Amino acid sequence: MASLAPVQRTARAIPARRRRLAFRLLDDRNFLGLAMIAPAAAFLLVFLAYPLGLGFWLGMTDATIGQPGRFVGFANFVSLAHDQIFWLSVFNTTLYTVVASILKFGLGLYLALLLNRRMPLKSLIRAVVLLPFVTPTVLSAIAFWWIFDPQFSIISWSLIKLGLIHQYIDFLGQPWNARWSVIAANVWRGIPFVAITLLAGLQTISPSLYEAATLDGAGPWQRFRFVTLPMLSPIIAVVMTFSVLLTFTDFQLIYAITRGGPMNATQLMATLSFQRAITGGRLGEGAAIANAMVPFLLGAILFSYFGLQRRRWQQGSRD
Amino acid sequence: MALGSDASEGMEYLERLPRRLVTLYLPLAVFLFVLLFPFYWMTTTTFKPDDELYDYARFNPFWVHHPTLAHIEKLFFETSYPSWLINTLIISVASTTISLFCSVCAAYAIERLRFSGARYVGLAIFLAYLVPPSILFIPLAAIVFKLGLFDSDWALILTYPTFLIPFCTWLLMGYFRTIPYELEECALIDGATRLQILWKITLPLAVPGLISAGIFAFTLSWNEFIYALTFISSSENKTVPVGAITELVEGDVYHWGSLMAAALFGSLPVVIMYSFFVEYYVSSLTGAVKE
Repeated sequence: MASLAPVQRTARAIPARRRRLAFRLLDDRNFLGLAMIAPAAAFLLVFLAYPLGLGFWLGMTDATIGQPGRFVGFANFVSLAHDQIFWLSVFNTTLYTVVASILKFGLGLYLALLLNRRMPLKSLIRAVVLLPFVTPTVLSAIAFWWIFDPQFSIISWSLIKLGLIHQYIDFLGQPWNARWSVIAANVWRGIPFVAITLLAGLQTISPSLYEAATLDGAGPWQRFRFVTLPMLSPIIAVVMTFSVLLTFTDFQLIYAITRGGPMNATQLMATLSFQRAITGGRLGEGAAIANAMVPFLLGAILFSYFGLQRRRWQQGSRD
Repeated sequence: MALGSDASEGMEYLERLPRRLVTLYLPLAVFLFVLLFPFYWMTTTTFKPDDELYDYARFNPFWVHHPTLAHIEKLFFETSYPSWLINTLIISVASTTISLFCSVCAAYAIERLRFSGARYVGLAIFLAYLVPPSILFIPLAAIVFKLGLFDSDWALILTYPTFLIPFCTWLLMGYFRTIPYELEECALIDGATRLQILWKITLPLAVPGLISAGIFAFTLSWNEFIYALTFISSSENKTVPVGAITELVEGDVYHWGSLMAAALFGSLPVVIMYSFFVEYYVSSLTGAVKE
């Protein structure tokens, strides 16, 4: 409320007639505020809040495409609890999220530290690094699909030429190969986001802190551990929350590269819910799978909220 | 802003070249190679003739020996690709415009008018930002169908703002906060109305923020996939990402040349736009996280 204060001060300093005007303005402020928020609110209520509620309702019905469906309570969740493919998708989603997020964080932080150093063509390199994040995910995923081709994979060809392997790797045909392949594609796309945002955080750390630490006898590892990490931790919390959120609900990359195959080995909860609801037409069951993702998302949001809180506290409690 | 600053140089002048080579240039080169290779592969595949594409024994796959435009020609004249490009452009521009308008109004109301409950509305918008499309697309499909928008551009133009408005509003709130309030007070004393202040004082000063939000919103809607896949069914109404993945594969025959051409030309518009506005793009990316 910091920006309110100056107006009230002027209101106090001027005569009563003007003060009534100020109060009227305050009234106006509410009216105008609501009027201006209305278009955004309308969009978000009709196309975000309402579908969110409708999704919870659909998850408890046996609706199909073209039929509204009846209320069946938790029947969808009960049948999902006995559904091996569902549990496989939960496992896949967890593996995908955990492994990809750890790799994205580690490699992203490393890249951010590299980019933060003095070098020629610095801004060009930084701009180029972000390209995987800028291009449409599905289109770069198609490129990965081609790179992972069983017969014409450039990776297999290079490894054979180098004498490291003797036959082409079946990247997308074997369950575990397919899992690692889609994780690799996801990490490829996610690194730039993590690196560039962490780089922005690194640039706010004053070099004098490093100089002081060096004078106190800190080595490179200690400087990283006791200066960089603590100063960076609030932004790491936020970036990783977003990253986990996006990875956990990922759909397009899997849909483009494997469509959940082979034998559901890369089926994520989002792709399974699409398969059941849109391809299979069982809206209710698909919505139930989508709803099953919500507890995880709530966890991530709470994490983000407390991450933000701590950041404000570290900045010196501004509002 | 963040890109050009060299404040972080610190004590690096102490390092010698061989050491820098191993600790900096080598790992950086590996990163750049891995991050850029798919684009190189996409581009070379686009220009390779088919016999070269599927014969690694005679032709080294890393180079294009007899460049051809055949794949591009096939893509643009034998498929609906041009209409996908136009659709994507129309949808992205329209949804970005709508979102920017709504977000400017909302951000100004929350950040500057400070109507009662503004804080809670701001928090609600932040939470809306965290709702992923993957849990919304099924009920949204039902709504889109009921509204009779199924398989039309409007289905996407009206649903994309659900993730664009929260993002743009959040970004613009942060930007409005950096504009001195005193300027608005002066205008208030001079008798300007709130809307005049927004139009004549705040908005001109917020142009960089508007560009950032606009660029980012445009790329987000250009890249959107799950709504476009779910709400559009006829071939000529599709967007580039959806069309490329659903229409260009005929049975088990993958035309890798034209698929890669589709990926290349679908990426180019956003990449060109990005290259002109790198700084704005980066500031919106990092701003959304930092604010």
